Amino acid sequence: MNFLTKSRKLFSVSNQLHRFLATKPEDLKKLVDNNKVVVFMKGNPEQPRCGFSNAVVQIMRMHGVKYDAHDVLSDEEMRQGIKEFSSWPTIPQVFINGEFVGGCDILLQMHQSGDLIEELEKVGIKSALLDDSKPKDDKK
Amino acid sequence: MYKTIAFIQARNIFKSSITSNMSNPIEQSIRNKLSKQLTIEHLEVINESYMHNVPKGAETHFKVVVVSNQFNEVPLIKRHRLVNEILKEELQNGVHALSISAKTPTQWESSDKVVKPSPNCRGGFGK
Repeated sequence: MNFLTKSRKLFSVSNQLHRFLATKPEDLKKLVDNNKVVVFMKGNPEQPRCGFSNAVVQIMRMHGVKYDAHDVLSDEEMRQGIKEFSSWPTIPQVFINGEFVGGCDILLQMHQSGDLIEELEKVGIKSALLDDSKPKDDKK
Repeated sequence: MYKTIAFIQARNIFKSSITSNMSNPIEQSIRNKLSKQLTIEHLEVINESYMHNVPKGAETHFKVVVVSNQFNEVPLIKRHRLVNEILKEELQNGVHALSISAKTPTQWESSDKVVKPSPNCRGGFGK
């Protein structure tokens, strides 16, 4: 009896350790598939706690994109898990249609080149920047 | 639990080593690895750690500008993955942020060649 409770305890400790180390890939897959755009960041969109994460939030705001945001600072397992899941060592991480597209540098470049508008269009999101440019064109 | 303690100890040893060592071993190692493993046309390794809430002289936040022929017709994400892979060890051992600008020689020539600083820190370091 004593042995049983001990081994049970051990099992639960090792289980906790494992969970401490990383969120499971299948759980992360569900998260990235939950919305067309999913962002893993430090802090939340209202209060980003890293300049790189803030840059991604600002880009999404400019394009008027609605997205799921996950704060890795409040979840160490997720922070480790997502890095392994996408084989990408840094945060933020952006997923479109369940696919990893990049971190802050890549998002910024995609924004500047116009590729982001295209990528969003592919998944049926019309960038707010397209709406903004229309009235300007009319005025010309 | 033991792993957590070991991790904290290792982190503290690492922190004390970076504060006592006035040189820049990680910056050197980033420079060496990138120039050895890629044909480099232009390379800048910028330590941006001072912009963050870390001890003076820390080597935690870096920006690299890598201009190489090997990036020709390679999508941006693959270029970044290549650089991340070369610097894997550094990223696992204390380098906390790595901003990458990976350009082909043609892209670099046609750019303004100005390296913009990374966005301001917002206090999320560590915790």
